[in-house]
Amino acid sequence: MAAIYKKEVRSYFTSMIGCVFVAFALVIIGLYFFANNLYGGYPYFGYSLSATVVVFLILIPILTMKSMADDRRQRTDQMLLTAPISTWQIIFSKYLAMITVFMVPVCIIMLYPLIMAAYGTISYSMAYASIFGFALMGFMCIAAGMFISSITESQVIAAVLTFLILFISYMAEAIAELIPTTASVSMIAFMILVAAAALLVYYMTQSQLLGGIVGVAGIVIIAVMYMVDSSAFQGAFGNLISSLSLTAHFYNFCSGLIDIPGIVYYLSIAFLFLFLADQAVEKRRWC
Amino acid sequence: MIEVKDLVKKYGDHVAVDHLTFTVEKGQIYGFLGPNGAGKSTTMNIMTGYIGATEGEVLIDGHDILKDAEAAKKCIGYLPEIPPVYPDMTVEEYLRFSAELKGIKKEDREAQIEKVMRMAQVEEVSRRLIKNLSKGYRQRVGLAHAIMGFPPIIILDEPTVGLDPKQIIEIRELIKKLSKDHTIILSSHILSEISEVCDYVMIIAHGKLIASDTTENLTKMMQGQNIYDFKAKGSASQVREALGMVSGIEKMDIKPSGEDGIVEVAVECKNGEDALEKRPDYREEIFYALAHAECPMMASAKYVSLEDIFLELTEEHKKIRPKKQKRRLMARRQNEKDARTDMPVDPEEITTEDEQAENNEEVKDHGSDL
Repeated sequence: MAAIYKKEVRSYFTSMIGCVFVAFALVIIGLYFFANNLYGGYPYFGYSLSATVVVFLILIPILTMKSMADDRRQRTDQMLLTAPISTWQIIFSKYLAMITVFMVPVCIIMLYPLIMAAYGTISYSMAYASIFGFALMGFMCIAAGMFISSITESQVIAAVLTFLILFISYMAEAIAELIPTTASVSMIAFMILVAAAALLVYYMTQSQLLGGIVGVAGIVIIAVMYMVDSSAFQGAFGNLISSLSLTAHFYNFCSGLIDIPGIVYYLSIAFLFLFLADQAVEKRRWC
Repeated sequence: MIEVKDLVKKYGDHVAVDHLTFTVEKGQIYGFLGPNGAGKSTTMNIMTGYIGATEGEVLIDGHDILKDAEAAKKCIGYLPEIPPVYPDMTVEEYLRFSAELKGIKKEDREAQIEKVMRMAQVEEVSRRLIKNLSKGYRQRVGLAHAIMGFPPIIILDEPTVGLDPKQIIEIRELIKKLSKDHTIILSSHILSEISEVCDYVMIIAHGKLIASDTTENLTKMMQGQNIYDFKAKGSASQVREALGMVSGIEKMDIKPSGEDGIVEVAVECKNGEDALEKRPDYREEIFYALAHAECPMMASAKYVSLEDIFLELTEEHKKIRPKKQKRRLMARRQNEKDARTDMPVDPEEITTEDEQAENNEEVKDHGSDL
């Protein structure tokens, strides 16, 4: 496991991707830090950090795009998968390698609040809470990017898809506002979602019966629930969409809150994506 | 050592491996022989745990490759079809990674790396980036990875592809050397290579094991056949009678061909004592016998070579070879024959002359016969 971790970290810094990632991250954060906190004299570091999130929507895919896809394209996955280690160990050590690269700029920006402190009094807890939240958000994004990379052979497709997913997640709250809050719209949206899930089940199991059961049961349950208490559906779909938001919990950290649900949210979704990446690799071996 | 039971691998509707069963004993060199797309690589990929089988199981030294994957994979060194090398690493870095990946203890690592580099002969390129190496060197780096740690089983998928003749001989020597303490399985579509190195040959076609025996037996079996296919003008009884005059014919099969008055004949003749040189050639006798009975040969006789048997074994539907290729094949065999014996009358020439004569006479009817 250590072998893959070491090899991955080394390859990030010999193939430029790691260096470019670190340099870009530091330039962007540094720019906002200088403009807001040093030049503007604004005492909250989290404010600068949250402004850079949009740049990370592009940087994270660059970091993650080759993690799994490149091994598959070069057929080096044959070396890893026939070695005496498990798929999960491969996934996890690659993930840790990317986390290591990501933590380089994060560790450097930990010095920034100290620089600010030289010019006045600031709240350390707020500044470091925001850096902590930022790191957690990064862990989740990297896991998502890794999953996308594991389902394709092309780095470009992996990068574009990862960007798309991160962007939609970033915009989730804005998208949720566009959805009408009436109960009937929510009900219909949920039904469409259930139908899509049923199709997915059918596609994965190739069983019309199972897909049909999922679809019909889901739609019936939603219809019954709607008839029993239609007010529960009011704005429910919008809430669902906005709960996918990438940044909602991060903004809590920025305002100085140690957001326990946020920690659980970021880490559990990161774990979910790693699990999916593992499954994607395993699945490919079987068909 | 290795037990493969009832292995099936399906890609959608395509069956790549079809109920393959075999066992591999310790300390021998096994060869997978088969045309491209026969399922050799798929079988090897399943045996090494790279892909899963649709049905069946693989036991490596008693460990199931799926349920007890780590223990099973520890026993195997694998060189896939395309060597799994990282182009951005130097050879030395790559082999160090390989050693670590295979869990070789830190104190043994450097010695192991040095040893495999020497064996695979990649020492002189050890500090070069793999992306700048030639195909042959990459193959050898892949081989070095396969033998790293000296696992009891070494599986090599077409190990000599892309190498020059000198390197091929070196690799063969290496394989023979390794076979003293290792079980080796290698695949190839080149017959001579397999018969050169392997103790035991498994011929695979369309995912099925169609022949599996020691190299000696298989060569004997292949050389033992002496079959001629041709067409002759005349009725089946006439031809049978004419061929009855030829001593040494063991079996004949006479079928009507598509054309009127012409039959297709397959004749199996008695074998010589052992080697290729001593195999009697019956073409001349058959020709004169037919000529005597006024049943002229209409299309050429076929002289069976090792390659032909291999092709026949591996091809489900026997395809009629295009004319040009057939002629080339005949010419080649002719040369071989000339080199071997000093025959006063050339049967091949007669056949060709005969064909030509027939063609000239009966162009209208049989011009397309060939």
